[in-house]
Amino acid sequence: MSFPTGLPPATGIGFKRAHFDGLHATRTGLGFIEIHAENYMGAGGPPHAQLAALRADYALSVHGVGLSIGGAGPLDATHLARLRTLCDRYQPDSFSEHLAWSSHDDAFLNDLLPLPYDDATLATVCAHIDQVQTALGRPMLLENPSTYLTFEASTLAETDFLAEITRRTGCGLLLDINNVFVSCTNHVADPRAYLSVFPLHAVGEIHLGGHDAEDLPSGPLLIDSHAAPVADPVWTLYAETIAATGPLPTLIEWDNDVPDLPVLLAEARRADAILDGVRHARAS
Amino acid sequence: MPAHRELQAAFGAALTGTGVPPGVIATGDVARRFAVYRNTVQHSLTDALSQRFPVIRRLVGARFFDAVAGVFIRAHPPRSPVIAVYGAAFADFLDGFPPARRLAYLPDVARLEWARGLAFHAADAAALTPAAFADATAHDPDRVALTLHPCLHLLGSDYPVVSIWRANQPGADPAPLPAGGEAALIFRDAGDVPVLPLDPPTFRMIGALAAGKPMGAALAHADQDQIARTLSTLLRHGLIVGTAPFQNTRFP
Repeated sequence: MSFPTGLPPATGIGFKRAHFDGLHATRTGLGFIEIHAENYMGAGGPPHAQLAALRADYALSVHGVGLSIGGAGPLDATHLARLRTLCDRYQPDSFSEHLAWSSHDDAFLNDLLPLPYDDATLATVCAHIDQVQTALGRPMLLENPSTYLTFEASTLAETDFLAEITRRTGCGLLLDINNVFVSCTNHVADPRAYLSVFPLHAVGEIHLGGHDAEDLPSGPLLIDSHAAPVADPVWTLYAETIAATGPLPTLIEWDNDVPDLPVLLAEARRADAILDGVRHARAS
Repeated sequence: MPAHRELQAAFGAALTGTGVPPGVIATGDVARRFAVYRNTVQHSLTDALSQRFPVIRRLVGARFFDAVAGVFIRAHPPRSPVIAVYGAAFADFLDGFPPARRLAYLPDVARLEWARGLAFHAADAAALTPAAFADATAHDPDRVALTLHPCLHLLGSDYPVVSIWRANQPGADPAPLPAGGEAALIFRDAGDVPVLPLDPPTFRMIGALAAGKPMGAALAHADQDQIARTLSTLLRHGLIVGTAPFQNTRFP
């Protein structure tokens, strides 16, 4: 059981402009591409020309990184209108955003920042998601964050917080398994225990990205850099998750020090093999 | 919701300042772990400025650029999640930045790089063919105003900004810089944003056309060769997208 989106239960990659020629009108085997919404908010030019061309070849996931759904203040109505324009223009098969905040007062901090999990923040996040789903006229997926800190004020577990959001708003979840591994390692928690109580029935897409690691005297610090191959323990957690849920749309996320397209396609094929394995196991 | 708001205010202040916000928990080294957020904010915005102003970075060197960017980011944090519009104030900031005063041409080079980004993201528009242009202006060219492509930008400078920009492109040969100022025509051509030098009369003529003056007034005081060169430059690069009968909007 999973959350329905228009994305196929296959692998995709984040689209980078340098890879356009290799993706357009080429048989890559990819099921979809994902873009960061904020990179397509100019009036015209090559970004839109390329996206319009690729839209004909691939299913499309629009992934926002700047709406600040976890912000204490109201959503930026201008930005929400931009997202609506983008979704109207490209009719994506999925729209997703983050359980995080990035704006405070009128400053944009350009990072996905953590929030405490309690009844008050739950109500705020749910109100913001209602507002997004109404404005876009579609359900959205909310992504679990990678975090380096937690809060004294938190009274709810992240998994309970996310489950309650889906129950109240009807939104789906984007399960980033690298984020699970990064957060659990940083907070000395067991990622399998986290995933065992994660509301998997609400997951509409999976993200797999790479992280950096540092050894601190207090223990390992993993940083969600999106600048490396997916780590082996994350592949293992992915295979275990897919065995439980069945095949899900899966994105290889590589945003910094982006390699040549064949490296990304090889990562995507590795995910494909896991999806195929589960398909065969379920068919037999 | 005041608690959440106050917490975010403190968190945001610590990101751009020093210390650790109250109420956060980490498995030891809380300052080091909080610093991941502070570093991401700083690096991601510095990166955005580096990508927008690569020639400035090359001219001043990576270390100086990162330091300037740090001061700029604190003074002018982004107001929009659309990072493509971040850095509009950078050229004026450099103008008033004492450590950069020795490099007086920097602000205009930054203006040129900013204009290239605007051109890249500008709206699309279909170009008039030379034949359609000839038809539209055949009757009474003096009273026809041109609509130029939204990607077109002009920059005049007291410094040789076009030569400086070209000399600092990857793989460019070091060439001696001319003395005196230069004017630039910046526009989008397929996926690229070229920068062409303009002689002063052509710069003035295109500026007048871009301001909506009728061709008769915009092209006055120029000889026929110069007018032909200017119009053919605009047509060749697809920069004339429409014509309209001139209307004096200042009267009545």
